[in-house]
Amino acid sequence: MSVIDPSLRYRRREQGLMLLLASPAVIVIVALVVIPVGWLMTQSVYDNGFTLEHYRRIFSEDIYWRSFTLTFRIALMVTVLTLILGYPVAYAAAHVKRPWDVLILSFVILPFWTSVLVRAYAWLVLLQRTGVTNQMLERFGLISEPLALVHNELGTVIATVHILLPFMVLPLYSTMQKIPRELMLAGASLGGGPLHTFLRVFLPLSLPGVVAGLTLVFVLTLGFYITPELLGGGRTIMISMVVSRNVELYNQWGAASAVGVVLLVAVIAVFALVGRIIPLDKMLGQK
Amino acid sequence: MPQRRLTFRTACATAGLSLALLSPLSAQAAEQIMFVSQGGAYQKAQTIAILDPSAKKLGITINQDSVPDAWPIMRSQVATGKPSWDVVDVATNFCLRGGEQGILEKLDFSKIPNAAAMPAEYRSDYSVAYEFYSSVMGYSLKKFPDAATAPKTWADFWDVKKFPGRRSLRNNPLATLEAALMADGVPADKLYPLDVDRAFKKLEEIKPHITVWWTSGAQSAQLLNDGEVDMVMAWNGRISALTKEGAKVAYTYNQGILQSTSLCVLKGAPNLPTAIKFLNEAVDPVHQANLPLHIDYGPANPKAYDTGVIPAARVGELPSAPANAKVQALMSYAWWTSAAGEAAEKRWLSFAQK
Repeated sequence: MSVIDPSLRYRRREQGLMLLLASPAVIVIVALVVIPVGWLMTQSVYDNGFTLEHYRRIFSEDIYWRSFTLTFRIALMVTVLTLILGYPVAYAAAHVKRPWDVLILSFVILPFWTSVLVRAYAWLVLLQRTGVTNQMLERFGLISEPLALVHNELGTVIATVHILLPFMVLPLYSTMQKIPRELMLAGASLGGGPLHTFLRVFLPLSLPGVVAGLTLVFVLTLGFYITPELLGGGRTIMISMVVSRNVELYNQWGAASAVGVVLLVAVIAVFALVGRIIPLDKMLGQK
Repeated sequence: MPQRRLTFRTACATAGLSLALLSPLSAQAAEQIMFVSQGGAYQKAQTIAILDPSAKKLGITINQDSVPDAWPIMRSQVATGKPSWDVVDVATNFCLRGGEQGILEKLDFSKIPNAAAMPAEYRSDYSVAYEFYSSVMGYSLKKFPDAATAPKTWADFWDVKKFPGRRSLRNNPLATLEAALMADGVPADKLYPLDVDRAFKKLEEIKPHITVWWTSGAQSAQLLNDGEVDMVMAWNGRISALTKEGAKVAYTYNQGILQSTSLCVLKGAPNLPTAIKFLNEAVDPVHQANLPLHIDYGPANPKAYDTGVIPAARVGELPSAPANAKVQALMSYAWWTSAAGEAAEKRWLSFAQK
């Protein structure tokens, strides 16, 4: 004889309802992400029969290795730079009074609404040999020869940092805003100096935002195409450009999708590794 | 972009429809084709010079689509077994490669008399040349104001002592390897088969002096115009457009590399007989002669120069004009689609990266 706990039945029904609520999103994700990615993976090992030719090429030719290391190096630089630039901005926005926080955030978000292509060209105008930056520096007598600020890795990093800065500032800001001010006061009342309370109280509490920002920026940089293409001078060949070149060179989607699959696996591996050192899920869950 | 393309297509279809209504021939025929080119000013110029007159003369409707990079789509269209495109205007190497891979219709030149009369090197079993452009050496007149002492050959471009300055080349081996070999002393008519090792060796020499390896035509023009570089290998139309705007730049056809796009027909094209009729009309000397009146590209049919349609002053500016063609190298697309050519293309990425 079993008695069905009515609260259990209720909970089950509620769970079903929740799943139903999520179903439109699930359907969209399956249709737009799972199926295409599955198709992509199949293409990379299937060409009139099973083949590992595309993967063999990736692991035997050094152009792929060079582009992968360059891409991860740029992603790392961009991530660190956006954190260094973005943290103080988010901190300020979370601590100033009303009109000022709106002003700061709008400065962060406004460029976000401008096309990436337009911003990449704007950086070209600013950074090139005859550009605004070099002309100013020359006028002030700081340099005698124009600096090579663009058409290289440096130009790519500068523009990518600028484009991805909102992705760092916004998660940081939303986390910092939720940190109760009283905690800092409590820290101060217990005799902690401003720096000490910041390091021991505020910084640890803001870490979920830091992790969210780092993840977003890092992953987005890995797939960047426009900035290295326009500002890299043809030498800064990131992995997205190798994918596009492979479509042209090998006339098979498989050759390009194999590169995509390797990148995907590499990203998952990086996060699994980082997750072992830093408990990412706990930080994001704030538990 | 898709939206714009759609409206463009609709506009063309509407234009074609109104033409069809006007033309008495089409009432019974109602034939049509889907023609694909690369869009922009180039497709507009063709529409005025070649497409509209051809549609009128043949009494057909020419629907248009434009794609900057048609090659992957050509392949996937034929792979589906039911292509929607008929005629594609694409860089000649893709026509040759498409023919090799069996995605194009083999052409019966007895049905294309206009093309049959063109020089043999301007056509293949699967394609016929449509228009010519050239990869030429452009330079800044601010840096080299005197025509007598300006760089004139690829050897000059490579000579960083005699011609100091910043340089840019295209981030692509096509035409770039040819230029390197000419700089190394290979005569323009003895380039093929390309000595790839020798070309890359010569390129390594100039590499430290290349500021930018450009990827788009617009970029090559911007670099020269903004003074980012003093010398550039670029397409003739890009530099002549700058000179028309009054920029202090110039170019020479000497040792230019003459390149073409060609027309080809997809295998299983829905309107094959009409497509072949159009192909013949598209290379008609008079239509061809009209093209350079609207854009800086040369006709592919040399007979266009005998029609008297192109003013004498204009002839001198065109890449395929006999006097200009004589001082240039004609790109061998057959070599570039050969195994050696494809290997050279793959080698390029590794060269650019280091």
